[in-house]
Amino acid sequence: MSLSNEDKACLRSVWKEIGPSWPEHCPDAIYRMFLSFPSTKTYFPNFDISPGSPQIQAHGRKVADALNKAVEHIDDMPAALSDLSDKHSQELRVDPVNFKLLKHTMLVTMAANYPEILTPEVLLSLDKLMEAVSRVLISRYR
Amino acid sequence: MVHFTSEEKSIISALWGKANVEEMGGETLGRLLVVYPWTQRFFDSFGNLSSPSAIMGNPKVKAHGKKVLTSFGEAIKNLDNLKGTFAKLSELHCDKLHVDPENFRLLGNVLVIVLATHFGKEFTPDVQAAWQKLVSGVAIALAHKYH
Repeated sequence: MSLSNEDKACLRSVWKEIGPSWPEHCPDAIYRMFLSFPSTKTYFPNFDISPGSPQIQAHGRKVADALNKAVEHIDDMPAALSDLSDKHSQELRVDPVNFKLLKHTMLVTMAANYPEILTPEVLLSLDKLMEAVSRVLISRYR
Repeated sequence: MVHFTSEEKSIISALWGKANVEEMGGETLGRLLVVYPWTQRFFDSFGNLSSPSAIMGNPKVKAHGKKVLTSFGEAIKNLDNLKGTFAKLSELHCDKLHVDPENFRLLGNVLVIVLATHFGKEFTPDVQAAWQKLVSGVAIALAHKYH
């Protein structure tokens, strides 16, 4: 399940195309998650969850920046994401099942915006990337 | 039990009307086998699955993918009775094929991604939400007769 050298090469290349506009698209992934998987809203009880909500925009950008950081430091994600890992284990405590739900809506958002880029091989590497990030974020849960 | 509003039903049918079932079926099954390689365990008789291009070009994958997606089409005609529609297929997947129902969830999500690549911006959050309900309903229906 860990990222191979081929995965990393693929991701670095793909991220050159997807990465720059990802902060703009990621809020859509968050909104899609709230709409398709309503239980995920329980972690955001005070959010305005309407389309275009400034809170969703801001949060989506935050999440996008974290994913950008992960790709930038793809050889050492645990160190680069250490603060985020602490935050998820001590403060946020998001149940691990939810990472798969956000992963899915992120992939759908990428697929809708970059269909030519999301070949089966790229989909495989992106899926593995997000699973790797999720593992880092829950690594200190217990 | 999954309940579809009339709006959700028309969203689903509208997209399905424009879908190339044969092409998307092969693509969906192919991508499942590429992205989640352990799912290849059910397809020993399919021949060459040694690389993503071998999988995506494999004629048995394409044929079986078409079969699977065609049966989704049956679901769409019977959204109010998914469990009844899939009762026999559920028994088959449990008793003869021995497929872990988790695979139905994986396939459903891959289908949603394939729809997103084909329909792009038209695959809006509302359209996705209706389809997530459908793929979830189909997965539940297919698992319903398991024992």
